Amino acid sequence: MLRIRRVEEALAEKYAEQQMRCPMHLCIGQEAISVGVCATLTNQDVVFSNHRAHGHYLAKGGDLKRMIAELYGRSTGCCGGRGGSMHLVDLDVNFLGSTPIVGGTVPLAVGAAWAARLKGDDRLSVAFFGDGGVEEGVVHESMNFAALHRLPVLFVCENNNFSVYTPLKERQPNQPIYKMAEAHGLTSWHGDGNDVETVFNIARQATQAIHNQQGPQFIELSTYRWREHCGPNFDNELNYRTAEEITTGMAACPLAKSRKNILAAGTQSMDQLQQLENEIDREIAAAFEFALSSPIPTYTDAVGKVYAQ
Amino acid sequence: MRSETAARKLTYAQAIQEALRQAMEADPGVVVIGEGVPDPKAIFGTTAGLREQFGAQRVFDMPLSENGMTGVCIGAALCGIRPVMVHQRIDFALLAMDQLVNNAAKWHYMFNGLKSVPLVVRLIVGRGWGQGPQHSQSLQALFAHIPGLKVIGPATAYDAKGMLIAAIEDNNPVLFIEHRWLHNINDVVPVDSYRTSLDKARIVHAGNIVTIAAFSYMVMEALHVAQAFAKHGIAVEVIDLRSASPLDTDTVLSSVKKTGLLIVADTARASGGITAELITRIVEQGFDHLRKPPTRIALPDHPAPTSHFLANGYYPDAVNIFEEICRIADIKLGADARAQILHDIRRINPHDVPNLAFTGPF
Ligand SMILES: Cc1ncc(C[n+]2csc(CCOP(=O)(O)OP(=O)(O)O)c2C)c(N)n1
Ligand SMILES: [Mg+2]
Repeated sequence: MLRIRRVEEALAEKYAEQQMRCPMHLCIGQEAISVGVCATLTNQDVVFSNHRAHGHYLAKGGDLKRMIAELYGRSTGCCGGRGGSMHLVDLDVNFLGSTPIVGGTVPLAVGAAWAARLKGDDRLSVAFFGDGGVEEGVVHESMNFAALHRLPVLFVCENNNFSVYTPLKERQPNQPIYKMAEAHGLTSWHGDGNDVETVFNIARQATQAIHNQQGPQFIELSTYRWREHCGPNFDNELNYRTAEEITTGMAACPLAKSRKNILAAGTQSMDQLQQLENEIDREIAAAFEFALSSPIPTYTDAVGKVYAQ
Repeated sequence: MRSETAARKLTYAQAIQEALRQAMEADPGVVVIGEGVPDPKAIFGTTAGLREQFGAQRVFDMPLSENGMTGVCIGAALCGIRPVMVHQRIDFALLAMDQLVNNAAKWHYMFNGLKSVPLVVRLIVGRGWGQGPQHSQSLQALFAHIPGLKVIGPATAYDAKGMLIAAIEDNNPVLFIEHRWLHNINDVVPVDSYRTSLDKARIVHAGNIVTIAAFSYMVMEALHVAQAFAKHGIAVEVIDLRSASPLDTDTVLSSVKKTGLLIVADTARASGGITAELITRIVEQGFDHLRKPPTRIALPDHPAPTSHFLANGYYPDAVNIFEEICRIADIKLGADARAQILHDIRRINPHDVPNLAFTGPF
């Protein structure tokens, strides 16, 4: 969590230099979900994600250097610069892709689960999406098919209560999202997405259920996006959420909570945590250096690969 | 007082806002709906103040359900409402293809003209700042391929207002394509409500050397070139197509009869695009007037990459148009004149932003 947070804080700081010239959706405040869910996965399990993908990618083990290079549009980026922040991929860890068309990758996760079934592989697949994602018809069509065939897929809904500046209550009737999944015949779970222990415990039970052939599972996790929908800044001045709401949302910081728990349990000392942070910061600095010293592609690199050979 | 009014300037985005406001004032059946319509950013300012003026009953946000909500709007349109729907990126309308193509486009025809679908869908083309493969497409040809849909793409604030009002009053589904690089460009826009026809191209720069027919943002690139040439006594004719469907062949044909040379410029891919359709028609109807094969300035056969390094060369611009004019019209410029034109049409902002003020992130 700390690594994802520090990476995104570094991105936010450097974004103003105008060298990362692509839309960027930070998950600061929402890290516990990526981390808690991905901690229950093996390397062979596959993950699909959406526009807010940095956390999912890193928690699945995606290469940090290649992610930063991608944001800088360099040849060494995970898509060679073709994708930017909204299109991440790392096949080495079965992070099969994130794309920014809302709901777009959810059926792909179901398809990956279907392929695992057809091939007899014991791997599950995960779709990360937001509270807005569940408004797309394709997500419901995906849940139906997954439930019909009891496919090994985990749906993870990160409910941060907003789609851009529009709160949930202006988009959906007042009822829990996970109930919709239940109506589709999925086993569903819900909990505090800002508590990594909770996320991990739920995700572990859900993934175990999938491995035990109990069919697709749906997890709704409540959380809070601290910064603007897209971009590096805070956006409190827009007044689409109240100062109290922002304060409460940020007070539920998943990092602060687990730091407190770690210190209370004595598993790590203050010093050790500081050391960890220093190490992370060094790794991040190296990743930025890698990105900025990487080769710059030119237009000719953009032309090919429209079709496979 | 009168001349002051006549000379008033608005940006393209402001002109859209004014068109919406006046259309809503004129007809209580007009409603505006789309993801983010009443939010603080108000769709790049184009829906600003509408909820305050017309209330939440007529100015709606909506769930992220493009296909379903398009169907909802079509149903409302069948029952006396005139919905104006907006997508912040044209790419999101792909989710609504079924409703647009199978229902909106066909309803009037397949039920023998009993009912029509007075629906406007605003579609914003999101070029620049690394919007990449799924957020910057130009899809006019996809829609123009479908009979029953009108597909328009005004290039000026004046036309944005007049054509949006006309589109809202039209009894058919109209797809209103806005290239976001036009949003901040000023033009003289009359204060009163007015209508601009949806099926007529317009000569925006008169000339006799060569005809350039351009769609949407490419009109601006072509105009720069024409203005730069004009200083050297070379008159290039620029036609703003304004509509991709119906396509106004007549205006282009009469220009070609004069110039004998045709270049077509589009913001989209050349292959299978409206450049192809227009040239086919001119060849069919005006072959004998053409002195050379018509050519196209449009996108190559691959998606938009995100990296600004990769994208540097993807979009044709004024310089490409300039070179193509020199080639097709056999213009031999002196070194000084050439340098001056190239200087006049040079881009002062980075290639991936519409103007210097644009700094991302969306
Ligand atoms: C099909 C589609 N519609 C609209 C958008 C514009 N858009 C991008 S992100 C977003 C909000 C999505 O909200 P949610 O799924 O809750 O994810 P969050 O941003 O809150 O993480 C919207 C509307 C889009 N990218 N794709
Ligand atoms: Mg959300």
